[in-house]
Amino acid sequence: MNTLFGKILASRWTKVALFAACLIPFLVLLGPFYKLLTTGVAPELTANPVEYITHDTGTWTIRFLLITLCVTPLRKIFNQPRLARYRRMLGLFAFFYLCLHFMTWFILDKAFSFSDMWADVVKRRFITVGMLGFAMLLPLAITSTAGWVRRLGFAKWQRLHRLIYFAALAGVIHYYWLVKSDVRLPLMYGAILTVLMFYRFFIWKQTAAKRAPAPRAAATSPSTASLPD
Amino acid sequence: MLIRKPADLRYSDITPKQFYVNRRRFLAGSLAFGALASAARAGNLSDVKKTSYDAGGEKVTPLDAITHYNNFYEFGTGKEDPAQNSQKFRTSPWTLKVDGDVAKPMTFDQDSLLKIAPLEERIYRHRCVEAWSIVVPWIGFPLNALLKQVEPTAKAKYVAFETFYDSKQMLSEREAGIQFPYVEGLRLDEAMHPLALLAVGLYGEKLPNQDGAPIRLVVPWKYGFKSAKSLVRIRLVEKQPPTTWNISASNEYGFYSNVNPKVDHPRWSQAKERRLGELFKRDTLMFNGYPEVASLYAGMDLRKNY
Repeated sequence: MNTLFGKILASRWTKVALFAACLIPFLVLLGPFYKLLTTGVAPELTANPVEYITHDTGTWTIRFLLITLCVTPLRKIFNQPRLARYRRMLGLFAFFYLCLHFMTWFILDKAFSFSDMWADVVKRRFITVGMLGFAMLLPLAITSTAGWVRRLGFAKWQRLHRLIYFAALAGVIHYYWLVKSDVRLPLMYGAILTVLMFYRFFIWKQTAAKRAPAPRAAATSPSTASLPD
Repeated sequence: MLIRKPADLRYSDITPKQFYVNRRRFLAGSLAFGALASAARAGNLSDVKKTSYDAGGEKVTPLDAITHYNNFYEFGTGKEDPAQNSQKFRTSPWTLKVDGDVAKPMTFDQDSLLKIAPLEERIYRHRCVEAWSIVVPWIGFPLNALLKQVEPTAKAKYVAFETFYDSKQMLSEREAGIQFPYVEGLRLDEAMHPLALLAVGLYGEKLPNQDGAPIRLVVPWKYGFKSAKSLVRIRLVEKQPPTTWNISASNEYGFYSNVNPKVDHPRWSQAKERRLGELFKRDTLMFNGYPEVASLYAGMDLRKNY
């Protein structure tokens, strides 16, 4: 059972298929958006297409962040190391939808005005926290390549990429602060994030407990260990 | 074996109740929709007087946008929810009670609502607090025509509006996040202003359910949430009445809530708005482009009285 599943996970075609699947939310918007630009109406995008596109791309950003954060727990729970192959792609899709979200807002809401944008970032806490999330994901997208892992060294790279936890939290808070009164959806995303973070916390505690005696032992005799006899 | 056969799970085991109940309601609603759509055709309003209220000649928003982009939290908090979830909503029989500090309390049923005063068509701009706007050809009559009939006493200083609520047909307070029944209010002189309208129709026909059938308030110089829908009671009172969004977040939604591009909502700017159907935003006008109401607020600090 594991081996067949493992083979599927290892296949290049699975990655291609997943890539195509991740593009679906974008493609679903693209057709109606083209119709909107050429004919002026696109009922698929509701009567307020700009708001719809902004909300839709924002929601997909949060979803992809949470999906990305699912990869490691699933990999460990089901003992499927090959799942890790998909993590970068999923994370980059989160960044892709975030860029669409940001551009929709910057172009259609702020009409390319940096001063208007900055005024909003400073004044409105939901935008402040949203931009903070953007600022945290940007370096992660840039350093997502194998070259950057090598350049930074894995430990440093991994530490940097823990920013995704805070970016996801920023996304959820951004959403929660935006809605007027019906907070059910932001709370749901918040709950999923909490579960994913608790899992990490427990794993971290477990490994810390296992390792605890070893480093202490090492710490008591570092000089002897490193001194040449 | 590749994939385990799922256990005998039913949808109700994995779907929160509110969702499958909504889904049933939605399925039933879509079945009834065909019948209702043809019934709605019969809702033509006759003897409607044209007026000079034409929103400065601005283009009227398409009917589809006016009926499929609604804030009517009793029927769902998504913009397209009310059009879907309100189809089965029964507006007959209906009772509108007008009482409080008045000499002649009155009660109206569904038919008599249309005969309170001569019907007229008025094209008004409608600006939502969420920074989008539409232009609507309402059909109705001035609120003051009704208020004059009930004869407010000297004690009456404010007008309180209460809207229909039935937990069996509508969202719960917890789901919507606001208190029901929805209540609104105006100062008496605001309510007497000739612009304040009670609407019973739009686009030549009776009001669609999602737009506040059978009768709603329209106060075009205030943010849309002041214009309470599906009214069941209008009460003249001495003290400023509580209003739903103000109870929900008093720092965001004031009692007056006049459209004012200079006073921002704490979470977004009110300087601009998006007219539905337009890609870029346009400037928001003071009192939504109805400067004739400015004298109502002479000497008032509109920053404090937002």
